[in-house]
Amino acid sequence: MLDTASTASTPPAAPAAPAPPTPWQPAPQTSWQAARCVLGNLWIRHRVTWRSTFISSVLQPTLYLLALGLTLGAHIRPGPNTWGQPYAVYLVPGILVTRAVQNAVGESTYPLLDGFRWTRTYWAAVSSPLEPVDLLNGQVLWVAVQVLESAVAFLVIAAVFGVVTGPGVVLSLFFAMLTGLAVAVPVMAFVASLEREGPWFTVLSRFVILPMTLAAGTYFPVSQLPGWLQPVAWVTPVWHGNELAREAAFGGLNVATLSVHTGYLLLFLAAGYAMARRRFTRRLRF
Amino acid sequence: MGMIDAAEPAVADAAEPAVADAAEPAVAGTVEPAEAEAVLVSASGLHKSYGDHHAVRGIDIRIRRGEAFGLLGPNGAGKTSTMRMLACVSPRSGGELSVLGLDPDLAGPQIRARLGVVAQQDNLDTELNVNQNLLVYGRYFGLSRGHLREKSVQLLEFAQLSDRGDSRVDALSGGMRRRLTIARSLVNDPEILLLDEPTTALDPQARQVVWERLSALKRQGVTLIITTHYMDEAEQLCDRLAVMDQGRIVAEGTPAELIERYSSREVLELRFPAGDTAQADAVAGLGDRTEVLADRVLLFTHDAEAALNAVRARGIRPESSLMRRSTLEDVYLRITGRELVD
Repeated sequence: MLDTASTASTPPAAPAAPAPPTPWQPAPQTSWQAARCVLGNLWIRHRVTWRSTFISSVLQPTLYLLALGLTLGAHIRPGPNTWGQPYAVYLVPGILVTRAVQNAVGESTYPLLDGFRWTRTYWAAVSSPLEPVDLLNGQVLWVAVQVLESAVAFLVIAAVFGVVTGPGVVLSLFFAMLTGLAVAVPVMAFVASLEREGPWFTVLSRFVILPMTLAAGTYFPVSQLPGWLQPVAWVTPVWHGNELAREAAFGGLNVATLSVHTGYLLLFLAAGYAMARRRFTRRLRF
Repeated sequence: MGMIDAAEPAVADAAEPAVADAAEPAVAGTVEPAEAEAVLVSASGLHKSYGDHHAVRGIDIRIRRGEAFGLLGPNGAGKTSTMRMLACVSPRSGGELSVLGLDPDLAGPQIRARLGVVAQQDNLDTELNVNQNLLVYGRYFGLSRGHLREKSVQLLEFAQLSDRGDSRVDALSGGMRRRLTIARSLVNDPEILLLDEPTTALDPQARQVVWERLSALKRQGVTLIITTHYMDEAEQLCDRLAVMDQGRIVAEGTPAELIERYSSREVLELRFPAGDTAQADAVAGLGDRTEVLADRVLLFTHDAEAALNAVRARGIRPESSLMRRSTLEDVYLRITGRELVD
């Protein structure tokens, strides 16, 4: 009686529940599949939000190239300090690396804190079969794709301005990407341990990322720095990235420099990854 | 026709809540005995600590297939910690736990593939629209886009959001977001649905819709595990309840059993002028138990009318009186106390 009444009072539009659960065995996902799935989902999100990042990732380096390379550069004579290249040409690999680092760090700060703290989508993701490390892997892949995407766009524009010297620059792309990741992954570890934003992102960008991109061989050779500052530049990943990108673009890549510089960047990446992995797990599986 | 279909299982439910099969296998034939006996969640001595803080101090839980199990308790009682362990997103610090027959420490992803989780705080992607949210989440379960397209239509119909598929989550009301979160948690056809305070912060209409949808799921045989501190919600949805306090389960049973054990059948509420303690003292002993509050006295009794007559016979004249049946709220306050817990 009571039940009939309650059934009658439900709106007629109210549909029945979905079909009863069937014993359903999901396809087991390897961690590669899981990471690719996170990557795919970030892509779905990117399709909605790309406009806000487009300006900083593509237009800004173009403006740098125009402002510094084509105007200031007109007053700089090609010489050993510019690898014998016109200044604008000398700048291209450096800007590739620098922008890769800035993009990669950008993709590793606010979007991560958003997942952990603001929209909390990471918490939803790890209540599915995914583990925190799958999220991290997907995020790292995403940064690689993002960096590559905007670097390619920049290179196309640079080629239009006639400041790309040859096919070696394509190799510079990958060194730029590696440098971006080497800086971004430790940043991910740092963000994963942040309870709230606080002043940290400003501190990071003004006192770590910006000085590194200005002084570690992007716009002028490190040899122009005061002697005591040069060793500081040598320990930054950006300097190693710049060296690799220029050697690839202008020739001069050899086994010794290749192994030292990529070795250093890979070491940075590996240490950062180990930290980030631990931080992600600690944060999401307490 | 549809009405009869819907009413039938509800009647069977109402006939005898799940207590009967706790002690012995169901014999009435309303449920398949094998099904009724299937224990989906079993915990013993389950313990969780964060450093020196012991959030859960050794609890035992058994939840059978098709049951709606409620965890009640004040803030900080350990409900959410318990839920996180059951959802296999938080490693246990001690004790035994088996979910769907598997150990969460060893088979977390396999178990989570068969669970649905509605967290206390919404964690939808607010930049995306409703359909995209379902798609993105479904892909974490390895489900194909094609399957998810069909499934989304079904889920949105269930959540009464069919016309909002293209709306950004930003634009949805709190009630709609909650329904979407519930719809999303069903994307993998879970066998167990865990809901942590599913209707907190919703308006009464929105709560009614959520309850109605959850009841529909229950009728379909989905096992529900719910935490709440709304007693009406517990009474509406749950076959069996466990009250937690300070990390322990302090009472367990069906709503009816708990009322019988911890309260009386009826309650007589007498209102006296504030500060008039003499009158309040005078009615003591007229009920099985008396509780004196700032402005009222509660007499717990099997017959409120008789108690009121007895009060009047003593010449006591309260400002007003109210006779009512005992509720879970009475039980809850008796067990966990009236002090404010923040």
